[in-house]
Amino acid sequence: MKREIWKGSEAIAEAAIRAGCRCFFGYPITPQNEIPEYMSLHMPQSGGVFVQAESELAAVNMVYGAAASGVRAMTSSSSPGVSLKQEGISYMAACQLPAVVVNVMRGGPGLGSIQPAQGDYYQATRGGGNGDYRTVVLAPANIQEAVDLTQEAFDIADQYRNPVVLLADGLIGQMMEPIVWKERTPRPLPEKTWAACGRGDRDHSNFITSLLIDAPSCEAHNLELAEKTAEMEKNECRWEEILLEDAEVVFVAYGTPSRVAQTAAENLRRQGVKAGVFRPVTLWPFPYARLREIASLETTKVFLDVEMSLGQMLDDVNLAVAERKPVRFHGRCGGAIPGVSEVEKAALEAWKEVK
Amino acid sequence: MAIHLTFRQDRCKGCGLCVAVCPKHILTLESGTNVKGYHPASCTEEAACIGCASCAKMCPDSIITIQKD
Amino acid sequence: MTAIYQKTKGLQDTELHYCPGCAHGIVHKLIGEVLEEMDALGTAIGVCPVGCAVFAGNYFSFDTIEAAHGRAPAVATAVKRTHPDQPVFTYQGDGDLASIGAAEIVHAAMRGEKFTTIFINNAIYGMTGGQMAPTTLIGQKATTAPLGRTKEQAGMPIRVAEMLSTLDGCVYAERVCVTDIPHLNKTKKALRKAFQRQMAGDGFTFVEILAACPTNWGMEIEEANQWLMENMAAYYPLGVIKDTEAM
Repeated sequence: MKREIWKGSEAIAEAAIRAGCRCFFGYPITPQNEIPEYMSLHMPQSGGVFVQAESELAAVNMVYGAAASGVRAMTSSSSPGVSLKQEGISYMAACQLPAVVVNVMRGGPGLGSIQPAQGDYYQATRGGGNGDYRTVVLAPANIQEAVDLTQEAFDIADQYRNPVVLLADGLIGQMMEPIVWKERTPRPLPEKTWAACGRGDRDHSNFITSLLIDAPSCEAHNLELAEKTAEMEKNECRWEEILLEDAEVVFVAYGTPSRVAQTAAENLRRQGVKAGVFRPVTLWPFPYARLREIASLETTKVFLDVEMSLGQMLDDVNLAVAERKPVRFHGRCGGAIPGVSEVEKAALEAWKEVK
Repeated sequence: MAIHLTFRQDRCKGCGLCVAVCPKHILTLESGTNVKGYHPASCTEEAACIGCASCAKMCPDSIITIQKD
Repeated sequence: MTAIYQKTKGLQDTELHYCPGCAHGIVHKLIGEVLEEMDALGTAIGVCPVGCAVFAGNYFSFDTIEAAHGRAPAVATAVKRTHPDQPVFTYQGDGDLASIGAAEIVHAAMRGEKFTTIFINNAIYGMTGGQMAPTTLIGQKATTAPLGRTKEQAGMPIRVAEMLSTLDGCVYAERVCVTDIPHLNKTKKALRKAFQRQMAGDGFTFVEILAACPTNWGMEIEEANQWLMENMAAYYPLGVIKDTEAM
């Protein structure tokens, strides 16, 4: 397999096309403009549909339409634009429609900054739209992973009939790294007999709707969705453990900060401090069980959660660790990226507290 | 040739639009009520019907069927 | 026995929830008839609004998709572009299309999207109980304009057919109503023409149907239709607004 150098955003776009995405709808916003730009040329060239929509809101509703009529579709945006998409994501979850939504995160809140951040964790993992629903949230830490997860995302979406969020920070979107396009085996997936694609010979018409105006029906539907949520929790959780076997200081980080933490851990080990990294790859379902196991180990002394936010994944880390060991936090936000030395310093401070 | 009008009276909402558009003025809303509490439409003089189907076309609930033999 | 008139196969056997005298039932029927006559019941895909017609998917016998409020043109854009040989339409009320959905309808028309929009303009918000719409007339009362709409507070109502006609992508726009049989016949012809031009690939087609809402206007049905002809048709002229070549 040939190694190629790709920019994150463009790689995500190409990965989607290779995964059979047939349409892309998006709107310009920094730092992910390369995605609609790449798609504007390559999607039609591959026989698909590209529309630069009038807004992020319109774009996600175009995805909704494509998905409702049985077609693989994707949209992308960055933080403020993804806020606009929450309506569409809620509707797609409600109607059980598969789709991929890419968020290349930037500083917030509001218009914020254009530099990398991780301030949309709550929005992505708690379901930023109205109602009870969850979406699988995939968090790549490098371009290879971004490419692999993007392709997997479409299968996950189709398998569970649910939107999937790919949550990348701005640095992942903008950096360039060598990757290989792997041969992959798609998951076995059912036919979309539910799609509103033209009745044909079917003995009934399909009506894609999320309005269930009487409470018992709406509740029953919610319980159905909850069963599906439980399946996703059971099957789709992913994480990576780096230098964790005997670690006393455990970094918990995802995306770009996980790489900073990895370098910090390597440096700490050279100084005689046993550090390692627990890296969630799915932010939802969050790997609570494994993290709790690690918290229960004698060797584990302290956790340091590193994020480009004021601490959103921190809630999940605390839930997992459940006070078995101390949890400390180091965060930068507004587009600031934590550097290796500040993360090392924070880890050393945390470790000294518990030594 | 005789024309027969059928009204699904249980679905009639007594809106009176059929009565208003009938060019022969042979439709009426009955004094009794249907299961919904509306005064359903019916034809007072089927023999005078010219089969224009204005009533059936206008009915918002599509309750009128017109046949001829 | 031969049938002179029977209910179109374009409608299921479900009972309609609409108020007595509401135009929705009439227009649903005409759409069903046109698509049946085009032999398109197996291929058509309708996009329903939020509004009284949110339940339209329970009535039409072809595939339908419920859109979020105002988003039907975006939804239909994707549906038609991925199913270009199938008839696609949006069915929207005045809140859905002219208020929350104003951007989506303008851009669909701008792009010349090859679907048909059927716009039911009854100058009020029906489903939510009678609030003011962008198309509510000056002096007309609504629950959020209890003393009547004024130009100073709410501006002048939007003439959507004319507004969309300024866009090259909109190739056909006609305003009609169903208050009597001659007007109903014109409505059916306009719907048929809109779908035919859509299938010919000409561009965006638009049929605005002035409709009575007796319940929220607080009028008897006949009175409502008269009010419509005297007042709505005076501000929103009936007829062909635009009929040009393909974009």
